[in-house]
Amino acid sequence: MADIANIAVSILFDGLAYAMFLFVVSVGLSVTMGLMGFVNLAHGAFAMAGGYLVVTLTQSWGVPFVLALAIAFVVIGAVSIVFERTLYARLYKAGELDQVLLTIGLSFMAIAAYTYYYGPIPKSVPLPGWLEGQVDLGFRTFPTYRAFIIVIGAALIAILWYGFERTKLGAKIRAAVDNRRMAQSVGINVDRLFTLTFAVGSGLAALGGGIAIQLFGLNPSFALVYLVLFLIVVAVGGLGSVKGTLLAALVLGIFDTGGKYLYAEAGGFFVYAITVLILLVRPAGFYARD
Amino acid sequence: MRLARLAACAALGLGLCASAQAETIKIGVVLPFTGVNADLGTQIDKAFDLYVKLHAKDIAPHRVEIIKRDEGPPSGAVAKTVTTELVTRDKVQILTGYVFSPSAIATATVATQGKTPMIIANAGTAWITNLSPYIVRFSFSMWHPAYPMGTYAAKNLGCRTAAMGYTDFPPGKDSTDAFKMAFEKSGGKIVMSVPMGNPAQVPDFTPFFQSMKDAKPDCMYIFIPSGAHATGVMKTYGELGMRKAGVKLIGPQDLIPDNKLQDMGDAAIGTIVMSHYAVDFDNAQNKAFVKAWQQAYGPNSYPDFMSAAGWDTMHAIFATIKKLDGKVADGAKFVDTIKRWSGEGPRGPVRIDPDTRDIVQNEYALEVNRKPDGKLGVKTLNVINQVKDECKALKVGRCGQ
Repeated sequence: MADIANIAVSILFDGLAYAMFLFVVSVGLSVTMGLMGFVNLAHGAFAMAGGYLVVTLTQSWGVPFVLALAIAFVVIGAVSIVFERTLYARLYKAGELDQVLLTIGLSFMAIAAYTYYYGPIPKSVPLPGWLEGQVDLGFRTFPTYRAFIIVIGAALIAILWYGFERTKLGAKIRAAVDNRRMAQSVGINVDRLFTLTFAVGSGLAALGGGIAIQLFGLNPSFALVYLVLFLIVVAVGGLGSVKGTLLAALVLGIFDTGGKYLYAEAGGFFVYAITVLILLVRPAGFYARD
Repeated sequence: MRLARLAACAALGLGLCASAQAETIKIGVVLPFTGVNADLGTQIDKAFDLYVKLHAKDIAPHRVEIIKRDEGPPSGAVAKTVTTELVTRDKVQILTGYVFSPSAIATATVATQGKTPMIIANAGTAWITNLSPYIVRFSFSMWHPAYPMGTYAAKNLGCRTAAMGYTDFPPGKDSTDAFKMAFEKSGGKIVMSVPMGNPAQVPDFTPFFQSMKDAKPDCMYIFIPSGAHATGVMKTYGELGMRKAGVKLIGPQDLIPDNKLQDMGDAAIGTIVMSHYAVDFDNAQNKAFVKAWQQAYGPNSYPDFMSAAGWDTMHAIFATIKKLDGKVADGAKFVDTIKRWSGEGPRGPVRIDPDTRDIVQNEYALEVNRKPDGKLGVKTLNVINQVKDECKALKVGRCGQ
């Protein structure tokens, strides 16, 4: 009995940490897709760029890890505005195929550029001592770094919830996601709103990329390898919904971890099985806005 | 003498003189240059380039032309396509490279039909060499490290029980089968065997390792395709505090590739692998190899076990070209010559077993420690001399076919 409880705690804890990573990276993708209907397959490239920025800051410049994460959020967010204004903005009215071609092309270019500059060898980051090892909660120990991911994830959820539900800016974004033309006609500058959410989303992806180095290691192919996972979270959660993205990340993260823990033979199958099941019942995801 | 030959040439027409002329030998190199495992390709590619650069003069007046192609993801499909192109369009006379077993498995028929020698520099699934008489392997079979490790773990490392984890593709199964057979023969007990995702993507290892930790084995035997996976394994092992919980980490050399060891940190200390190579090896060939490597690629660049096998691969190809005086058009004759090769390399004494066309090499039990200069290194615990592929010796499963 104690064994079963122990296993359940393991799965919940590890699954929660994994879910937080998925949420942080995917939430920006979901909101930009919901807001503009823009298919941004270069989202993973922003995450990868954020990861490399954290590597350079910590290894070459001696910046502390947590500060480096914050810098990556700001810098990549700012850089993404340049891309959004010069490249993405031209294709808002174009078809999905054009958007996909542009952004997947950007991903390939990013992979090639980062391979050229950093090489293909996976990078890692020096963690501060307080993030290494385990924390002892009395009844059992947990890896400190995963607890840290859960804390960061929880803090971001609180901030995003407040921003979305309790500020005027959040109300405008929600209005624009629901009905863009109506929002424009009452005087909301949807283009500027989009630039802003795009930057925040890309910044969060960069933050997620920084967090992920310790989990998966970082090499340039990060831009594409985990993209499928992020797209699944977005699809299951429903486009443009923060709540949906969170729920999807939790369900997928915990089920994936549990599946791997209990039935490793079925391996990566669980995440796809559950995706198919959910989409069969709710084709537009958990919280779809028609 | 030379004059006489020239005169004979002149008398008999130009056709015969061609044999005295310099030949250009086309070598097709197939390695992963993109994707998660691109750095594995780079480690071998650098060894190839270095050997060719330093030894091009050895085969004069002949020269080699290297044509490189991307092996692609570890599914084998891309490798087969590019190899077919190399053989039919570029007309290469020798194929080499091949990091992933699925690539070598998928491509074996191309080597057979094209009658082109396929000199494998990595792919380690044991039965690959049985797939084509044109395959010769200079790297290792999964059984080279795994089988002796099974015996060593049970007898010398105090492992009575072990959990096994492996990346779910042919060499993973092969490696754990080998370990299990030897481990159980020596009285050990396998408590669980966990497949850990596919080679194209580094998984979050936590759920797999947590379930192994909860099973409380003495040792955990892990196979992953080196590279980015190795870093992930070491991080997760450290994060979960498994050494403190009394679970020893053991495996083949793939766990601690030399070019990533320094980044692995304290978590790696105490890890024990069975391996045919480490940068720290104290033989003259290896010292010269590492020195040349660091001169070419920088003082913080390290060759690893794949590079060492790559070096020996090119060494043997060059030796064979020289022996045949550049006449390598007959693939069967090339294989017949190269399979009798033996030499000294960074790994120490190595040779090919002519019966199986697979490598024979020493296996070293290595333990990771911190060296006096603060860097991570390995200490040799034991040496097993001139190990053959045990899978083919025991005729296990497809190795017996």
